[in-house]
Amino acid sequence: MEPFVTHTGIALPLNRVNVDTDAIIPKQFLRKIDRKGFGQHLFHEWRYLDYEGTKENPDFIMNQEPYRKATVLLARDNFGCGSSREHAPWALDDFGFKVIIAPSFADIFYNNCVKNGILLVQLKSAEVDAIFEFAEKNKGATITADLPSQKVSAGGKKYSFDISPFNKECLIKGLDGIGWTLQFSDRIQDFETKLQQTKSWLVRK
Amino acid sequence: MGMTMFEKIWNDHLVRDSQRDTSIIYIDLHLIHEVTSPQAFAALRETKRLVRQPKNTFATMDHNVSTRTKDITKVEASSRNQMDTLSRNCQEFGIKLYDFENEDQGIVHVIGPEQGLTLPGMTIVCGDSHTATHGAFGSLAFGIGTSEVEHVLATQTLQQNKPKTMLINIEGQLPKGSTAKDIILYIIGKIGTAGGTGYVIEYAGSAIRALSMEARMTICNMSIEAGARAGMIAPDDITFEYIQGKDFAPKGADWNKAIANWKTLPSDKGATFDLVLNIKAEDIKPQVTWGTSPGQVVSVDGVVPDPESFTNPVDRTAARNALSYMQLTPGTKMTDVKIDKVFIGSCTNGRMEDLRAAAQVVIGKRVAPGVTAIVVPGSGRVRKQAIKEGLDKIFIDAGFEWRYAGCSMCLGMNDDQLKKGERCASSSNRNFEGRQGPGGLTHLMGPEMAAVAALTGKITDIRKL
Repeated sequence: MEPFVTHTGIALPLNRVNVDTDAIIPKQFLRKIDRKGFGQHLFHEWRYLDYEGTKENPDFIMNQEPYRKATVLLARDNFGCGSSREHAPWALDDFGFKVIIAPSFADIFYNNCVKNGILLVQLKSAEVDAIFEFAEKNKGATITADLPSQKVSAGGKKYSFDISPFNKECLIKGLDGIGWTLQFSDRIQDFETKLQQTKSWLVRK
Repeated sequence: MGMTMFEKIWNDHLVRDSQRDTSIIYIDLHLIHEVTSPQAFAALRETKRLVRQPKNTFATMDHNVSTRTKDITKVEASSRNQMDTLSRNCQEFGIKLYDFENEDQGIVHVIGPEQGLTLPGMTIVCGDSHTATHGAFGSLAFGIGTSEVEHVLATQTLQQNKPKTMLINIEGQLPKGSTAKDIILYIIGKIGTAGGTGYVIEYAGSAIRALSMEARMTICNMSIEAGARAGMIAPDDITFEYIQGKDFAPKGADWNKAIANWKTLPSDKGATFDLVLNIKAEDIKPQVTWGTSPGQVVSVDGVVPDPESFTNPVDRTAARNALSYMQLTPGTKMTDVKIDKVFIGSCTNGRMEDLRAAAQVVIGKRVAPGVTAIVVPGSGRVRKQAIKEGLDKIFIDAGFEWRYAGCSMCLGMNDDQLKKGERCASSSNRNFEGRQGPGGLTHLMGPEMAAVAALTGKITDIRKL
């Protein structure tokens, strides 16, 4: 995983609440067996006028300049709700989004993003409103998200955000989560040994 | 101080306890399917890692199987590729697979309980958000992404932050015509689709205790639609009776040991939850969604709301967008909304009781002209039992299509999809834009209400039948 330390990019304000993972990446694109190439289908049904995705919808913000080069996504409450599909962060990442800012995120989506090196910044509703207003008034303005200091800078203002120390470390170091867990292999082994004694019905021969 | 059921199960599975940060919890049961697992296995191969406990992992094909045919050569090529990939992965890593041709194949959240794999006190995960279903047995069950699927395969554990706890108490008797589906839709309407974010919900109270296991599964299933990763219900005699004798259920001395353990699981008296919500069962009328989010729901005797009536500007915009997509006008009676398609099935409402209840509604009647209605059993076993009870005949005689098991039109990843502008009365769980097919319009409701809609050609109040 690519480490995430700090990022500055154009912010795209997506003014919709409850954006679900079906909207982020529709089901017809989930039949692949690798993780690549999902970016072209990101927000497919809003972004294209036809099912095949050959005609862009000029009204959708992603198809307008300068947002084609956006790397920071501004979103509303409950972003990433619905299905657990990790294809959603794969699509966002493949398109180029490195940071998503919203008042709240769905739980599974949050974890999926961390595993893919995307920083999710949760701010208070009023703060997100202010950043929306800034981005909408200053088309193409950039926003900076700095993970070590846990601060977002937009329009000369700074906003602090929370993140668990573990997720922060994983993102900054680009950690392989499995490698991290495997340092506790002895404890997993001990747990399994204990299980055989205490919950024999769970041990399948 | 007493402990909640969630805390008991959580504490019992801690491999590494980090009070304030990420812990490692052991996973007792891992369910996988063809759509969210291929990249996990590919990564295992790349990193030369093995599956730590292949016997704790079970696989099925459900999301993109065809429910029209058992001939795999007729299935669309990329879907077939995912199914073939799952077969190869299961063979290589030694995982039990209920494949397309297996007579017990079915939706992952239907076959887990049906096979006796799902047990109280367990931690259960699957690369699917409706894994919350299994919480109906008093287990901690939740959906995960593909990287986490890989993590569980390699380590049989997960890194988790401890969620908060919410208790939803539903006391009293459910009115005639209302079902488990109405309970959960009502709750989502009350707390919103993000109301449960960060929480594990325990459903309790006399109205919950009175429910069968299948009804309890319907409620826990849609916890994710309220934003909660997991929902759970305390195990009791109804739970134990359901499990006893199932293929993978504990037997003999193990059964007695298991029961003794399971009886210690329910939340202690005096246990504290981070949030408590009390609901009167008698307030819950049959529910139906009008919008594109499961929280956009009203009683079936209600009307399409006016977006201007929402005080929160974000909700107002969401309602406007939803009505524009759903082609509905504020003030329209829900029972005046005409439908084109009916879908009865899914991990929410594709079990025996659902099919029995729907069959009861349609027996001796006919599907309205111009309406296409399909019944998709949740598993091969459900299908077989339904045939044994003659339900297939009842549905077919009434003009329904009778299908093989699978996820079918719940998510439209297969050959069952709504066309643009088609309106569906659906017993499934999500009414998102395009969920059942690009441009498709979904109204969520219980299976009986979906069945009666098929007969009348419009959304119909089951109580008026």
